[in-house]
Amino acid sequence: MSTAPSGRRPRPNVVGTAVLSVLALYFLLPAWWLLVASTKSSSDLFGSNGFWFSSFRLGDNLRELASANDGLYVRWMLNTLLYAGVGAAGATLFAAMAGYALAKFRFRGREAVFNTVLAAVLVPAPLLALPVYLLLSKAHLVDTVWAVLLPSMISPFGVFLSRIYAEASVPDEILEAARMDGAGEFRIFFTVVLRILSPALVTVFLFQFVTIWNNFFLPLVTLSDQKLWPVNLGLYYWNGLKDHTPYNLVVTGSLVSVLPLVVAFLLLQRFWRADLAAGGVKA
Amino acid sequence: MSAAPQVAADRAGRQAPPSRRGPSRNRAALGFLLPFGLLFVALFLLPIAYALWQSLYRTARSGLGFGPARTVFAGLANYGAALGDGSFLAGVGRVLLFGVVQVPVMLGLALVLALLLDGRGARFPRFFRLAYFLPYAIPGVVATILWAFLYLPGTSPLVSGLGNVGIRADFLSSGTVLWSMANIVTWTWTGYNMLVILAALQAVPRELYEAAELDGASAWRIAWHIKIPLVAPALVLTGIFSVIGTLQLFTEPMVLHSLTSTVSADYTPNMAAYNAAFGTNDYGRAAAIAVLLALATGVLSFVFLRLSVRFTGERAAS
Repeated sequence: MSTAPSGRRPRPNVVGTAVLSVLALYFLLPAWWLLVASTKSSSDLFGSNGFWFSSFRLGDNLRELASANDGLYVRWMLNTLLYAGVGAAGATLFAAMAGYALAKFRFRGREAVFNTVLAAVLVPAPLLALPVYLLLSKAHLVDTVWAVLLPSMISPFGVFLSRIYAEASVPDEILEAARMDGAGEFRIFFTVVLRILSPALVTVFLFQFVTIWNNFFLPLVTLSDQKLWPVNLGLYYWNGLKDHTPYNLVVTGSLVSVLPLVVAFLLLQRFWRADLAAGGVKA
Repeated sequence: MSAAPQVAADRAGRQAPPSRRGPSRNRAALGFLLPFGLLFVALFLLPIAYALWQSLYRTARSGLGFGPARTVFAGLANYGAALGDGSFLAGVGRVLLFGVVQVPVMLGLALVLALLLDGRGARFPRFFRLAYFLPYAIPGVVATILWAFLYLPGTSPLVSGLGNVGIRADFLSSGTVLWSMANIVTWTWTGYNMLVILAALQAVPRELYEAAELDGASAWRIAWHIKIPLVAPALVLTGIFSVIGTLQLFTEPMVLHSLTSTVSADYTPNMAAYNAAFGTNDYGRAAAIAVLLALATGVLSFVFLRLSVRFTGERAAS
């Protein structure tokens, strides 16, 4: 859009730009507050202007954050990366395999399987958390990383998107040719199909990554060992400490915890735009 | 959507010779489905069945409630208890009120932003798109902690700013806290919904607008008569996910619960389920609430879908 020749550029829409600007303030000011507040001491959080700097002690806050409770915060961040990274990678691979099978193989019950998965897109995740907790506790998996990882590896939306994409973009001719050459089904999948599906799979991965990163109910229910917590749960706990909330750590920890996602969004934004259309509108 | 698989099937039927390797290929399909299928059954279907079963049982304790726990069949008693509980019903009312106000505001805002950004005179579209989408990268827990600082009188530049012009704002009173939560949800999700609508808008061929422009249609008329009907499917989709999200409201009230007494432990149905399970160890009750929520979610999504199909159908026809 921005690359259109300037001669054909229409009149700027002044009213529209004004509306867009005012609303941008609404979305950006809280983030700006977070940035400013994480440079302050606990006492300066109260009493100084929230939208501007006073004492600049971001470095001290970061050091304190890293060393608090023997580096517990660092662990929380690493746990979150593990859950979101491994969980999303597993979910994406499994969804791709299932979506491909549903698109390219004809077997009895195929539509029934697909419709069940489709219905599951509408089942809200927090609803499952309680029975999942009870089943995991029967399997003695509560308070292990598996309690968060295993449920995170299911992405019905991923199966849905992979099937649509595989149907539209994996040519039968290529599959037949590869079979003629004697390649096994799994080899075909891993060497040919995965590559063709990769644009859709980036979207599935990103969605699942964000979903796991944001997940609160499941770890809250299944993890009581602080050392296994994701950063969300840790910040929730620090923020709820009745008498001695470490305000500067909550604020700085909040900022640090969102940076990886914000960076990922900035780097990967073109994938969000292109494939949201494919996933969202065809539904 | 049903047309696509049909076409694919026809095409495959014509092109592929009758396969001699049918059974082995079906085995491969099974292999591809297996990892997802196993997890799906174990951690999706089984839990749902388990919740249904559990909701029909209650834990009975002999003696004065200190004896060993036994599980006894309770029929629909857990459902009756949940539905007869005033504070649970109050929670249901709360999320319904929340949804009736918040979802239209959020989707309206997302639609306006998408239309403005898609318009031909839009300046700095990339910057604005990123600005609106940024909150989506902030998890609900962090967003709520962040806004809580902006609500609490001690730390909030908003409260002190309003105070300077003579307005005493209390964002966490029993009358306002629900709307303070609605603000957090709107702030987090508007950009995401805007992006879905924008993607739908940008998939529309430009010639359609140009033809209308030649006929002398104003930008408003084009938006109202062409663009909005064309993005109606995207609006329905975002609407359904918003309705589900509303009924599931948990993170925001849970975080605020630890900060203010105006948010009770059973403020929303999901919090009531959590509280029943981990506050009072009443899993039967918790399961019944979860099942009721699932039913309500299904019914509301269905009604929403039907209503919007009828609405958009009429719009398209007129």
